[in-house]
This record gives sequence, structure tokens and C-alpha cells, in this order.
Amino acid sequence: MSSDIRFTDFKTDKQPTWCPGCGDFGTMNGMMKALANTGNDPDNTFVVAGIGCSGKIGTYMRSYALHGVHGRALPVGIGTKLANPELEVMVAGGDGDGYSIGAGHFIHAVRRNVDMTYVVMDNRIYGLTKGQASPTSREDFETSTSPDGPKQPPVNPLALALAAGGTFIAQSFSSDSQRHTEIVKEAIEHDGFGFVNVYSPCVTFNDVDTYDYFRDTIVDLSETDHDPTDYDDAKSAILDADKEYQGVIYQDEGSVPFDEREGLSEPMHDIPDGAPEDAMDLVREFY
Amino acid sequence: MPADLNWAIGGEAGDGIDSTGKIFAQALSRAGRHVFTSKDFASRIRGGYTAYKIRTSVDQVESVVDRLDILIALTERTIDENMDELHEGSVIIYDGERTTMQDVEIPDGMVGLDVPLKSLAEDAGGAIMRNIVALGAACEVTNFPIENLDESLDKRFKDKGQAIVENNKEAARLGQEYVAEEFDHDFDYDVETTDNDYVLLNGNEALGMGAIAAGCRFYSGYPITPATSIMEYLTGRLDSYGGKVVQAEDELAAINMALGAARAGARAMTATSGAGIDLMTETFGLVAQSETPLVITDVQRSGPSTGMPTKQEQGDLNMALYGGHGEVPRFVVAPTSISECFWKTIEAFNLAEKYQTPVFLVSDLAMSVSEQTFPPEVFDMDEVEIDRGKVVDEDSISEWQNEKEQFQPHFPAADGVSPRTFPGTDGGAHMTTGLEHDELGRRTEDTDVRIEQVDKRQQKVETAREAEEWDYREYGDTDADTLVISWGSNEGAMREALGFLDEKDIDVRFISVPYIFPRPDLSEEIEAADDVIVVECNSTGQFADLLEHDTLTRLKRVNKYNGVRFKADELAAEIEDKLAEPSEVEAE
Ligand SMILES: Cc1ncc(C[n+]2csc(CCOP(=O)(O)OP(=O)(O)O)c2C)c(N)n1
Ligand code: SF4
Repeated sequence: MSSDIRFTDFKTDKQPTWCPGCGDFGTMNGMMKALANTGNDPDNTFVVAGIGCSGKIGTYMRSYALHGVHGRALPVGIGTKLANPELEVMVAGGDGDGYSIGAGHFIHAVRRNVDMTYVVMDNRIYGLTKGQASPTSREDFETSTSPDGPKQPPVNPLALALAAGGTFIAQSFSSDSQRHTEIVKEAIEHDGFGFVNVYSPCVTFNDVDTYDYFRDTIVDLSETDHDPTDYDDAKSAILDADKEYQGVIYQDEGSVPFDEREGLSEPMHDIPDGAPEDAMDLVREFY
Repeated sequence: MPADLNWAIGGEAGDGIDSTGKIFAQALSRAGRHVFTSKDFASRIRGGYTAYKIRTSVDQVESVVDRLDILIALTERTIDENMDELHEGSVIIYDGERTTMQDVEIPDGMVGLDVPLKSLAEDAGGAIMRNIVALGAACEVTNFPIENLDESLDKRFKDKGQAIVENNKEAARLGQEYVAEEFDHDFDYDVETTDNDYVLLNGNEALGMGAIAAGCRFYSGYPITPATSIMEYLTGRLDSYGGKVVQAEDELAAINMALGAARAGARAMTATSGAGIDLMTETFGLVAQSETPLVITDVQRSGPSTGMPTKQEQGDLNMALYGGHGEVPRFVVAPTSISECFWKTIEAFNLAEKYQTPVFLVSDLAMSVSEQTFPPEVFDMDEVEIDRGKVVDEDSISEWQNEKEQFQPHFPAADGVSPRTFPGTDGGAHMTTGLEHDELGRRTEDTDVRIEQVDKRQQKVETAREAEEWDYREYGDTDADTLVISWGSNEGAMREALGFLDEKDIDVRFISVPYIFPRPDLSEEIEAADDVIVVECNSTGQFADLLEHDTLTRLKRVNKYNGVRFKADELAAEIEDKLAEPSEVEAE
């Protein structure tokens, strides 16, 4: 790790193919800045991405990275982190990726509390497949597969995370670059699973959850008397359906990450050239 | 034919059948006798017939036969279930005082030993020990020194305290004395002890032990019969080597965690069966496309769908070979015996890392639950060799960087194998993806690059085909006109079937194949034979199909798919029948 790392060191020479104006640009820049600001460099960072426009992030960020299959990025990140706790592991994906096909993994990743960061670029739509309803789409949001709206209430990812025992739950808005960067940085620094739901507008398929909408409605919790270490405060903010919040919503200061609890700190990549020295003991167990 | 003894204890699930059988098997093994065990069990925790069978001899045994000499029947059904295998002179130990056993009729010619198992157990300290009383009775029947059983009881119960150990020993003694005093003494089943020291283990234990020997550090899985015991074995043991076992939320997570760990540089494995393999298939393609070394174990059971979860089958071969969309380079290795479960696991890890591909390690239920004795040298750890393939470190990384100092993880090397670097290595940051990519790992749809990368991945298989030995094991008479071929756990039964066939003057050449893909070229052997019979536990003959494909020859098939493994004597009879059928016309 070198100290003179700048966030541009995390950029690749590949031009993003996101639509001009897509919220994912801002989301990604904030992630790079947060990584650089926390003293990480590309060679000790592992970024796992899901599938979707959001999932392309691994291609545009320079680091060790894996772009997996739809919805399964979290378990890859967990495996990577446990196998080498010295790595900074960051998982990124979309709302469809994380809360639909990957919803099961989401809940279990939250409760497992491995020391890593999960950033969801929530545009309340399926972008890459060209505009179908996502789990966070509004009940009446008309799309190609829901002409009258999905007719189901949207998933509340923050509530899911809180209910699953989340130790760090935050939300940010990709175009508020400074706050978004700060919040992701706090997620990285958190001892445990840092979860950030990022409002990352899709300018092509979502004309409801737009920049203007978020700009007008968002409330920054740091400007209120919200206490993120207070579970009840967190609960009321999360269940307040009428508001869009940004900031750290809940943080359990007593969080001890899974990897630490399990005593994992050494990378697992060094193994002997042959069987372990005491391997015959394994055989003797069967006498 | 070795002078062997076939022993079983049967009852309802929950009767402690398994642990009782294991105690006796261990006692026999400690007394220097070879042992082979098999289990009949139903997919339920309480109730349902279950049995633990032991075949023991002073010679090596690795199969079951259709014969039962001594049966401990805890329920009447146990006798019914085994009627076909019981014979004149078979000894049946049962408790006639048990309400359900009062009307038991011992068939003519068999020896019924009505032993008050429960009351004797109560005399020793508790009814729960009635199985141990029965073991004591069995010791008397076989003239087996009860001290050997004592050792087993020590091992089994020492964690529960000395008092429990002593009570159990007393229970065994009471059973032994009861038989000695109450019955005529000449049972004809004496078992001879020797000075040999054997270990007793099943296929899944051998596989898990192989994984540790091979340096596996990360295992993630989701419970499923019959793969779970691999996870249970590794839990607690991997930790002492700095590794970790994770019980994932499902098989999708299990394989993805293993993939993540493998990318981080750990030797990683996941294991499952049936439905779990289906769920893993999507990520299986990603493993291959991202060129990640990973061992995926499939302990086959009866399918499709949930099929018969506790029954034997070898029905997943096609899935292992062809599973996954697109064209997925892979290796498929299938151990043919319990000791091979150990050695082939080590080989699977080496193949995975040398060629940066997924390796399917295909086992089966019969092998996973059967225990067998071995001299410990069979698992000689000094023989274990670890080859991690082309791992690049800080010092050598510049050789694999392009002019812009970018590391090229998918460099199209002539042998198809690219350099590999573990995350954390300076100068190695790179992307891997399931999308088609260029040598840097960047997504591409460039037609030339696509072809280059597909060929490169496929080339690994070709390189391995040349570089590795895809051999087979051979038994019987090399010059025989009849050739029998099998894969997986059928080897043991078939080897013994050779003896039965020999008695009928039928000479057989037997080839047991541990590699499904790539596999040895058997065309010469097949051409040289008049009759070729492929033996496998499935209904369609999936391996036979492959061999036919290789040789353009129609082969005869012996298939079994009722959920029960082949038995040696039965297999011999089936082969004899097949030989009576006319050989089909051979293609030119
Ligand atoms: C198993 C599987 N099913 C479906 C798809 C097709 N697919 C690709 S992206 C996507 C939705 C992505 O939506 P979201 O996660 O919200 O990301 P966004 O594109 O909006 O950033 C789907 C359904 C796939 N790649 N894999
Ligand atoms: S479709 Fe939407 S989410 Fe995808 S790149 Fe365009 S704006 Fe972004």
C-alpha cells in the first residue's frame, strides 16, 4: 500500500458505456475516492460486481476485480475476504441484482457481517435489460413488463438490512459527490458489513425517480438530530415511507466482524509443497 | 474367495444402528481384520428400516455380497428385509421379550438366539445399551475376543466419562455370557484376529482427508445427502490448518464463495449432490470462463429431482460432462474406490490449479457411506505432491505485463494456460469476468479475440490430454475375450465378481476407469475383445454411450438403478447372462 494513491489510480482506460448522465458515474467516482481516502490501492483492493449497468463498474475500476453472474456477487466477496482478510473487498450491484435475484444472499451477507462494503446502485428500474420493474420500483410505476405498475409495494432494502441484524446501514445520492464519498468511506471504515444504498438515477428508463426528484426530497440525516447509534432512531427513519434520507442511518458500534470472530487474519494462499507435516495424524484418527 | 463373514445389525432409524455397527467394525479393524461396511437407510430420521452391514475377512474386502451370516434384528422387519440374504446356518440375534418380537419365527435351518437384550442392558445400567449387549452376543458367536470390543467402546464413549464406558463393557459382557451359557456352543463363524493395524474410513472421509492433504483451505457447502459428511469432516479440521468451512445459505452461494476464495488464492472446494449440482451449474460456467481453479464434488445419489436421496446411482455423468450453457472446458475425475477418493481429490486440486479450470470430482453414494479398512501406508502423505501451476509473484510479474504495465491474466499462451496472480500482488490488479474478454480481462465482442480466447481455454484441455496420464486400472486376464468396463464405485464388486466368474471358467479382462473427461483411449482394448460389457448404476448407460461414441462400436450394458449398489455375486451372474446374448454387429 502506498500513501500517494489518488482516486484516478482506480480508473481504467476503458470508457464507460453508461448513458451520458447516468447516476452510476457519480456512484463509481465516490467509491474510488473513498477507497483512495481510506489508504487503499488497486493492488490490495478486490471489487466484485453483479450484472446490470451497475455491474459494469468492475470494468471501469482498476483493482483486482471479478464480474460474476447475476445476483451472486456477495458470496464471491465473502469467499474472497475470508480467504484473504488483508484485502479491501467491495461489492457493487444494482437493485435488481441485490434485492431480486440476489435477495437471499443479501440477507445472509448482512447477518454474516463480514468486514466488507456493499454498494447498491439503486435506480429503481432494470437498466441493462431496458426498463422493466425492479424490486424497488414504485407500486404504480409503469414499465414494459408492468403496464399498470408492479402492483406490489417496493422492497425496503434498509428495513431488510435492519431486520437481518445489519451493523452499518446507510444511504447516499450519487450526485451529492461529497456526501456520497464520505458515506462510502464510513462504510469501508466500519468493522463489519458496510451497506450503502445509493440513489443512482437511470436517465433513460426512469422518469420518476430522477435527479430533480431526489434533489428536492432528500434529507441529510447529519443535518437533523438523528443518532445513528440509536436503534429506535434508525427504525423510525427507515420506516418513514414518505422521506428519502441520506447519511448513516444505523451503526452498531459494538460490531465485531465475522472474520475477526472466526480468528481469520492470514491469507490462505500460502500452502506447503506437499501434505502438511502432521498429515499422518489425519490417517491415525481412523484407527 | 476369502473366508469372509457377513454381519448386520438392523432396526428402525433412531435405534442407534449406525453407531453400533461402527463400534463393531472398528473392533474388527483393530483386531487386524479387514472390513467393508455398507448401509441401508431411508430418508427419515426416526422410523424407517435401516441397517449397517459388515463384511469382514483377513484378506482385503471391498464389496458386498448377497449373504448374511449373523444378523442382529432389533425389529421383526429386519428379518423380513434380509430374508433373501439369510441362509441355512445363519444366526439371528433378537430379543424375544420385546412386544413386537414375541411372534418372531426363525426359519428352518437358521439359528435363532433369543437374548433378553433390554433386560441385560438394564442390569448393566440402562436399556439404551441393548445394542451393546447384542454386540457382546455376536462376539460369543464369532469367538471374537471381547477385549477388542472393549477398546472400541473406550474410544466411542470416553468423552462421556469412565462410568459410561464401564457400563457398556459390562453390557457387552452380559450379552456374551448369556449366549455362552444358554446356547449350544458351536456356531462355525470363528473370526481370526491378526497383528495388522488398519484404519477404517469411508469415501467421504477419504475425500475430505485428501482435500486437507492437498492444501485445501476453504470449503463452502450446503447440507445435502450424501455430500454433507464431507463438510462435517472438514469442519473443525480445516481450521487447524488456517482454513475455514462455511455453511452457505444455498448452493448458489456455496459455489460463489468457493470461487471468491479461489480467486483470492486459496485452494477451494465445494461439494454437493443432485439438486445442488443443478443450482451450481450457472456459476460453473463462470468458474471456467474466469479461469478459476475450483474443485466441485458431486456425490451422486438417485435422481432426477429429489429422486431417492439415500440411494445409490451414477446418473450425473452427463451433467458433469455437459452441464452448463455454452461450451465449458472442464475436467471430470471419478474415483473408483475409497482410497482413490483420497488420491483423486489431490489430483483434482492439482489439475484445477495447473490448468485454471473447474474440476468435477464425481463420487457416488455407495462409496461415500461405505467404510473400508486399509493399511495406513495406503495414505502415505509423503507421496502427496502439490502443483500450483503458473503462479506469478511480485518478482516475475513484469514478464507478464504489457507495454503499459498491465498484467495479462488471460494471456493466450501456446499451452492455453495463462499466468495467475493472487490479489494483493503489486502490479497485478486485473479484472476477471464471465463475459468474453481480452487478455487483460476486459469485456470484448471482437470476433478475433473471441476465437482466440475460446481456443485458448479449450487448448488447456488439449494440453492436459497430452501432459497428464489418463490411465486406468486393470484386473483379471488381459488376454480374455470378454472385456468388462466400469467407473466409480463398481470396481470393488466387479473385482470380486472376477473370482465368481473364474469359478465358472469365464475369463474376463476388467478395466476400471477413473477419468471421464479426458478419459483413456480404450479403442484397442475394445477392438481386441469379442464381448464388451459396460457396468454402471444408471438406466441408460451414460458411460457406455461415451465409449460407443469413442469407438463407434455397440457395447453391451449391465445397468442397475433400483437404488442399491452392485453386489459381487449378482454382478457375476448378470455378466454371465449378458455373455449368453448375441454380440451386436460391430461397426466397421
Ligand atoms: C440469471 C440471469 N437472469 C437474467 C439476466 C438478465 N439481466 C441482466 S441485467 C438484469 C437486471 C439488472 O437490473 P439491476 O440490477 O437493477 O441493474 P441496472 O442495470 O439497473 O443497473 C437482468 C435481469 C442475467 N444476466 N442472468
Ligand atoms: S440504462 Fe439507465 S442505468 Fe443503464 S446506463 Fe443508461 S442511464 Fe445508466
